[in-house]
Amino acid sequence: MNANDYLQLALYLVALLLLAKPLGDYMALVFADAPNRVTRLGARVERGIYRACGIAADEDMGWKRYALAMLCFNMLGLLAVYALQRLQPWLPLNPQHMAAVSPDSAVNTAISFATNTNWQGYGGESTMSYLTQMLGLGVQNFLSAATGIAILMAVIRGFVRHSAKGLGNFWVDLVRSTLYVLLPLSLLLSIVLVSQGVVQNLRPFAEVPVVQASSYTEAVKDEAGKPRMAAAGHEVTHAVPVATQTLPMGPAASQIAIKQLGTNGGGFFNVNSAHPYENPTPLSDFLEVLAILLIPAGLCLTFGRMVGDRRQGWALLAAMLVIFVPLLLACTAAEQAGNPALHGLAVDQHASALQAGGNMEGKEVRFGIVGSARWAVATSAASNGSVNSMHDSYTPLGGLVPMWLIQLGEVIFGGVGSGLYGMLAFAVVAVFIAGLMVGRTPEYLGKKIEAYEMKMASLTVLLPCVLVVIGTAIAVMAPAGVAGVANPGAHGFSEVLYALSSASNNNGSAFAGLSANTPFWNVLLGVCMFLARFPLAIAMLALAGSLAAKRHVPATAGTLPTHTPLFVTLLACVVVVVGALTFLPALALGPIADYLGSMR
Amino acid sequence: MNYRDTASMTTHSRVVRGFSRALLLAAVADAFRKLAPRQQFRNPVMFVVYVCSVLTTLLWVQALAGHGEAPTGFIFAVSLWLWFTLLFANFAEAIAEGRGKAQAAALRSSRKDVVAKKLANPSRDAFITYVPSSELRTGNHVLVDAGELIPGDGEVVEGAASVDESAITGESAPVIRESGGDRSAVTGGTRVLSDWLVVRITSNPGESFLDRMIAMVEGAARRRTPNEIALTIMLAKFTLIFLLACATLLPYSIYSVQAAGSGQPITLTVLTALLVCLIPTTIGALLSAIGIAGMDRMIRANVIATSGRAVEAAGDVDVLLLDKTGTITLGNRQADAFHPAPGVDERALAEAAQLASLADETPEGRSIVVLAKERFGLREHDLERLHAQFVPFSAQTRMSGVDMGGQRIRKGAVDAIERYLVAAGGHLPAALKRAADDIARRGATPLMVVDGHAPLGVIELKDVIKGGIKERFAEMRAMGIKTIMITGDNPLTAAAIAAEAGVDDFLAEATPEAKLKLIRDIQAENRLVAMCGDGTNDAPALAQADVAVAMNTGTQAAKEAGNMVDLDSNPTKLIEVVEIGKQMLITRGALTTFSIANDIAKYFAIIPAAFATTYPALNALNVMHLATARSAILSAVIFNALIIVVLIPLALKGVAYRALGAGALLRRNLLVYGLGGVAVPFVGIKLIDMLLVLLRLA
Repeated sequence: MNANDYLQLALYLVALLLLAKPLGDYMALVFADAPNRVTRLGARVERGIYRACGIAADEDMGWKRYALAMLCFNMLGLLAVYALQRLQPWLPLNPQHMAAVSPDSAVNTAISFATNTNWQGYGGESTMSYLTQMLGLGVQNFLSAATGIAILMAVIRGFVRHSAKGLGNFWVDLVRSTLYVLLPLSLLLSIVLVSQGVVQNLRPFAEVPVVQASSYTEAVKDEAGKPRMAAAGHEVTHAVPVATQTLPMGPAASQIAIKQLGTNGGGFFNVNSAHPYENPTPLSDFLEVLAILLIPAGLCLTFGRMVGDRRQGWALLAAMLVIFVPLLLACTAAEQAGNPALHGLAVDQHASALQAGGNMEGKEVRFGIVGSARWAVATSAASNGSVNSMHDSYTPLGGLVPMWLIQLGEVIFGGVGSGLYGMLAFAVVAVFIAGLMVGRTPEYLGKKIEAYEMKMASLTVLLPCVLVVIGTAIAVMAPAGVAGVANPGAHGFSEVLYALSSASNNNGSAFAGLSANTPFWNVLLGVCMFLARFPLAIAMLALAGSLAAKRHVPATAGTLPTHTPLFVTLLACVVVVVGALTFLPALALGPIADYLGSMR
Repeated sequence: MNYRDTASMTTHSRVVRGFSRALLLAAVADAFRKLAPRQQFRNPVMFVVYVCSVLTTLLWVQALAGHGEAPTGFIFAVSLWLWFTLLFANFAEAIAEGRGKAQAAALRSSRKDVVAKKLANPSRDAFITYVPSSELRTGNHVLVDAGELIPGDGEVVEGAASVDESAITGESAPVIRESGGDRSAVTGGTRVLSDWLVVRITSNPGESFLDRMIAMVEGAARRRTPNEIALTIMLAKFTLIFLLACATLLPYSIYSVQAAGSGQPITLTVLTALLVCLIPTTIGALLSAIGIAGMDRMIRANVIATSGRAVEAAGDVDVLLLDKTGTITLGNRQADAFHPAPGVDERALAEAAQLASLADETPEGRSIVVLAKERFGLREHDLERLHAQFVPFSAQTRMSGVDMGGQRIRKGAVDAIERYLVAAGGHLPAALKRAADDIARRGATPLMVVDGHAPLGVIELKDVIKGGIKERFAEMRAMGIKTIMITGDNPLTAAAIAAEAGVDDFLAEATPEAKLKLIRDIQAENRLVAMCGDGTNDAPALAQADVAVAMNTGTQAAKEAGNMVDLDSNPTKLIEVVEIGKQMLITRGALTTFSIANDIAKYFAIIPAAFATTYPALNALNVMHLATARSAILSAVIFNALIIVVLIPLALKGVAYRALGAGALLRRNLLVYGLGGVAVPFVGIKLIDMLLVLLRLA
């Protein structure tokens, strides 16, 4: 890595932290119980929405009611996305006359977008009508993100409130996160993206002449469709001239803004943000990758403000950065070091004025090593899952980083809302261990952590791990699972492990190389995505409900402070140790074997 | 058993220290007995080990039949060490219980069924029927004469006697028990040495203090404490993660072998070994021993807790309420200085004070005599020879003194003397009154001395703060525990003593109601309160406090209200109780951290050994350079078993506790048990591997 690499990474982190603070403060006002200058701005719109939907905005919901509202709302969204896909041939805004999506793929996609995973077994420009993209996927991008934030707010209130039954109102939290946070930010970002060249229209695909005409050869086929053989035994071919190409169109910019901001990640086009119409310039790339971590980082600080001790928010953010920054450097360094298989050959893999150097396979030249690695690490740290390069083509260690970040449970930033509440589950576990070691019944933010809290936190930590290891086992044992694997050996295993890790942690990125749009994979991954999202959210709401009912224990010198570097280190260690201990054997058979094998 | 036997037995062996040979042998036998599946099922971690041991044994039998998945000797060795792992865990628990059992046996010998003299009505002269003590019920009255065992717990309603309580307390000096007041409680199984008592029985058979004590030390009444349950949940979570991670390794391995086209899938033996190494067996094995040992430490501190929950709550205490007298200060005030009235010679004051105190047998009176001798070399006079007449202290006059010739010397509280002076036509000089106020402000007690209606001066009686108590309070503060002194003194005096002793706060002119209110106020702030008490009027406060230590010398009501009884009746013990509570939690936390940190090294031992046939490159992970795949796996399993044995003393003794703030304590324990837990197994596994190679077992 050279100075330029470090500079680009530093610039990214500085911009992220500078923007996270005001956003965090702003969101604390948005979700505050008392009316304030922010909520007064949209009060009339809010009231109008509540009246139109028949919502009793002042109802304080207990955790069960909150969970039920969340679940019903999301099931409804899931059904809507399914129906839109199945019925799209008969619905408007389908200029390319896309056929109905197959039932298994439609279910997979519906779950994927309702769970904020945005795993895509389909290719956007060859499958979905504009209406499905906008009304189905685009709307779910907003709502699944808003659901995540709403659940987080309920969890935060569990810590803030004492001797209380209610955790707030799901509908109010949902409306506010959409109205005050997601919509304005998306609007802003999509306008900037359009200025960079991201498409935003409802036109049919454009047929344009190519700048330089070319041709390719194709086998001549007989009536039966078999290649015609020449007398010499080889196939008869003919040249096919290429004079035009098809450029996909569509309302991309509006969807890309929210897919980045809401840690959704589902691309408008098949190759996601590697596509020039999704991510045309280095500036658009910088803004999009910044948008991935912006809200998750801001929410940490919102948390600090809401619990009345900003240091608590900074501590959680610091614990995330302690893991994120080294992995960011590791991934970038591994990619910049180039392909070990090419070492010793006459290949120059060094960065110079003329080339990015390093391992450029599967990466866009306009983003280079840093732009690609930075995105790969951010998208897997957050449960975004959008890509601007193909992780399958990374060096074994470079590819290990995003895979392992996902396996850490999507708590290093993680999904909007869901990442932080997952991290809070880890914090509960860390506080418990630490509490024992200082000889006191553990407390976090003045709430005693007892058996019930441990049960719920354990469930939250455990569930994604269970889904990954069992899902992978099923996939490698089932012939239908193995059939989708493109590469032999350890790398093939990595592809399977990555796909299950991605689905079971609601990330949604793909390693590529795995043909996953088959009934087997659609069902397996669909089940994983569903179980990783909703049971986990309900467990956290139950935890919050129990915390809210507890009384507040005042801090003394015997209370373990949870804002110190010591606690930050401990929390980071717990996250890393759980992730490492669970996945080390599997990783040894995948990327580690891959890496060590390539070294010889 | 006669009295002398009882005394020698109790003073020497009531508290069982160290491990005798017999204790160890009994524990070994118990370790095997505990292999019953029902016993194992209670502990999820060890139950997994149990299943694994059975599985590897079956694999070994299969190998013996000639269908082994690995060499018979290897499977046998793994299986053997898995059984050892279980046995070591059982042994840890058995040895922790063993001490309690030995103590229970000693206690049980005091619970002999004796013949009780049941009285028809509560009077010494009432009609006596002889009944076995097991037939006594609450409300019965019994007569106990000198040399007899008290048949059951009760309250003295008539008489006073010296009682040997060594069977319970281990203290051989007899104590006085008398009706009325705070020394009326007697315990069944103790012996009246002199005089007689009429006792009202307050417990039914099987519910007596001795029964409860036996149940406690035996662990029969031991239920898992809240933190222990939460910890078990967390350990179960880790166990489940590892169980799944290991179980799914088999399909991964089969797939990898197919994909790579080389090597063998991982064997069940290796998979089982890996699983047992990864799950937190160290803490799982020692968890119950730690809990039992915590109770045991309480018992050795001569504190009987009614439940493990109470011990654990002691570690969480935020506020300690401490009685001034006996806890913070020595029980008695001592004369510190003479302050003569204007125009009176200090020596004259000392002389008068000495005369007034010669017959005063209270420690305060004696200290005045001592001070007079120290300051002016005044010899003690013989009152009889002086024809002096002693005027004892009475509640009405609140004075004492001596009449001798024309002298009428009186000493007493300032207001009492002032009233006496005014009645005699004199008055208290303003200078003297100021001196008395100054003394009170310093936290001392002024004692006015007059001769007739002539004021002579003031004696300054000082509370003597116990040595080292200030340091203990500083430690408490570092631990985040607030200390509050409870005293009947006036606020001025209380403030001065509080400052000198270094307590954080005080409650002056304390009444039982004020004490109860203070506890409720603190609890309303969600803080846990610990206190100790002995009197019947302490009972409501004891019942309200979260941790309540009743003095064994106290009344039955106080003992019933508290959740711990201090057999030594030493109020300072409260501090020790808090430390034991904390130590128990810390030991659990430290061993949990150690156990999980150990896994890193075990991965480095087993993963290359298990998968290198498929991907030879994975041998690069064999950083310990273990000799062979089998020796690597065996070394990890052996280390995993032996570390339990190595840590048994730590589990029983508890992690060394230091009074530090939470942050410093965490840093220290993380360094020792976290980093230590990472490093130790690398060394241990390597050493075992070298030994296996040396013995040609690998």
